Amino acid sequence: MAETKNMILNMGPQHPSTHGVLRLILELDGETVVKLTPDIGYLHRGVEKLGENLTYHQFIPLTDREDYLASLSNNLAYCMTVEKLLDIEVPPRAMVARVLLTELQRIASHLIWLGTFGLDIGAMSLFFYCMRERELLLDIFEACAGSRLTINYFRIGGIAKDLPEGFEKQVRDFIAVFPERMKNDYERIFQDNKIVRIRTEGVGIISKKDAVDLGLSGPLLRACGVPWDIRKSNPYCGYETYDFDIATGKVGDVFDRYMVRMEEMRQSLKIVRQALDRLPGGAFLADDPKVCLPAKQKVMTEMEALIHHFKIVSEGFEPPAGEVYHSIETPRGELGFYIVSDGSNKPYRLRFRPPSFVNLESLAKMAEGKLIGDLIAIIGALDPVMGEVDR
Amino acid sequence: MTEFIIIMLVKMIVIFGAVMGTMTYITLAERKILGYMQIRPGPNRVGPWGLLQPIADGIKLFLKEDIIPDHASKAVFVIAPAMALIPAVMTIAVVPFGPEMTVFGRKVTAYMADVNIGLLYIFSVSSMGVYGIVLAGWASESKYSLLGGLRSSAQMISYELSMGFAVVGVLMMSQSLSMVKIIEAQKGVWFIIPQFFGFVIYIIAAIAELNRTPFDLPEGESELVSGYFTEYSSMKYAMFMLAEYINIITVSGIVTTLYLGGWHSFFIPLPPLVWFMIKLLAVVFFMIWVRATYPRFRYDQLMTFGWKVLLPASILNILFTPLFMKIFGYL
Repeated sequence: MAETKNMILNMGPQHPSTHGVLRLILELDGETVVKLTPDIGYLHRGVEKLGENLTYHQFIPLTDREDYLASLSNNLAYCMTVEKLLDIEVPPRAMVARVLLTELQRIASHLIWLGTFGLDIGAMSLFFYCMRERELLLDIFEACAGSRLTINYFRIGGIAKDLPEGFEKQVRDFIAVFPERMKNDYERIFQDNKIVRIRTEGVGIISKKDAVDLGLSGPLLRACGVPWDIRKSNPYCGYETYDFDIATGKVGDVFDRYMVRMEEMRQSLKIVRQALDRLPGGAFLADDPKVCLPAKQKVMTEMEALIHHFKIVSEGFEPPAGEVYHSIETPRGELGFYIVSDGSNKPYRLRFRPPSFVNLESLAKMAEGKLIGDLIAIIGALDPVMGEVDR
Repeated sequence: MTEFIIIMLVKMIVIFGAVMGTMTYITLAERKILGYMQIRPGPNRVGPWGLLQPIADGIKLFLKEDIIPDHASKAVFVIAPAMALIPAVMTIAVVPFGPEMTVFGRKVTAYMADVNIGLLYIFSVSSMGVYGIVLAGWASESKYSLLGGLRSSAQMISYELSMGFAVVGVLMMSQSLSMVKIIEAQKGVWFIIPQFFGFVIYIIAAIAELNRTPFDLPEGESELVSGYFTEYSSMKYAMFMLAEYINIITVSGIVTTLYLGGWHSFFIPLPPLVWFMIKLLAVVFFMIWVRATYPRFRYDQLMTFGWKVLLPASILNILFTPLFMKIFGYL
């Protein structure tokens, strides 16, 4: 009998469902994936190196372009890390606004995930319904910051400008429509579908131990039944004062990941509601003239403010020497920034721990021995953002 | 004799033209209906309500560069789209769009031929279509195409079987393979009522046979890019598309003939031809509706479903049909 050889299939970097420019080298026996080797780096822009040549303020827009589906979360992680280095207090209004907006961002990010996951397993319509709701969220972001995808709204010491007029109404409108649409348009069409169930249940299981060993975080880890959420374990921005639950799964399959993310959207909405109710007035930027830009009105009228403005814009500020790490829970898991400062106006070294990069490592473990169709569902449920993986 | 030839030629042109016209507008209808189901308007730039969109698409495909991959086996690569298209067009010949009627004082039938083995003819010709797909996948020398071709051959073979068995129930009741006789046998009760299970099995198998969602594995976009026609461009690509949509029409026509009473009217008396088209388009709409709602099966689940669910069900249908006919006095 003739010798049989496995087929090598190069999936990506241009492939409709590798979520960007992920390249997978698959060794296939028929349709079964025997070996899977991810190849990354197609979106490498050297952001960490760029960070060493930019002042602390100038780096914020670059964080938008990492996890571009959750740019506010990235803004937040970076700003909080620098704030930790500087040891400055953020005013309460900014704190609540940050929580509110990042939770909305989490919903927006999960909506994209849900839509593309639907596309991956062939349910086309769901994508458009998800986009409809995401549009409402993007409108809110646009009203706040002027941009929709790379929002760049948080600043070191607070937020860029005060929340816009009509913000509360916009958010309340969203809160009013979202739960019902989630139930009718997502769950009844998608989750209750028999084919969706057989495509997701028992697929891509990863054990609790493996998940922890690989360093997974976010919904992926929680779907395995590990109730680990930085918002609870190391609360920041006052998350300890909000009432919400950590969604966890049991088996750790694709369906559990779906359920965890759906529950997270509901919990995020709960947090948004609480944040909106308690949103205090007052300053939105810390009162630290060496770090935070003064208000435009002051720049026009006060000599001192003009000088501070000039200094911050032209050469930035100089934090104390030292190193600092801070992490937050983004929609994808633990995003941590590590900054080494030598006392100059630019970081000596800036490094971050992107959740997608670490999560991607579990792909081979989940997909080997499965069919191509399963692999697609697994990538979909992994929700990698290549901007973040390649940096 | 000459009169016969002229009538046949005219009929050929009219039916072919009508089917092609319907087909092009079914592509538009599909995009429009999908659009409305997905809260977006669908094509609306070319002409009013996008009515000229199919024509624009056709022109565009004509003018595109025709690319043949370097490593493809060229002859097969070129023949494959034709092999998919020809059987699709051939099956139309026996689809009875309407009964005998009088046009310009002559008695004319609204179908090309009433072959006494009509149904058998359809099955044998339509299963040739799979060769086009398999060969296209094979000749492209692309791994995605190859996988698509393999998937479709496996899928077509498994579903053709259940499809054939599902129809046996109808044959028992109509006692004929001729499409016209089958319609005439449904004068009283449409076969969808006594043959409901057969109908369900047939329509599922037909959707699978057409490679449409949720059985669109051979071209499963998120998995195999475009499956068997990944490497095709220009008119060759268009020929696959033509074949696919003509097949939709023929399959809908067959469903109408076998189960929905063909041209027989339902309460509202309309010309038989109109009734046939209404039913046919209703079946097409159903298929589009399914596409907007359902996700895709996985390859092994598809095979399991075909062999372990549909096939036994269709055999049971054959076993119970005579019993049913005995009880309700058909025999």
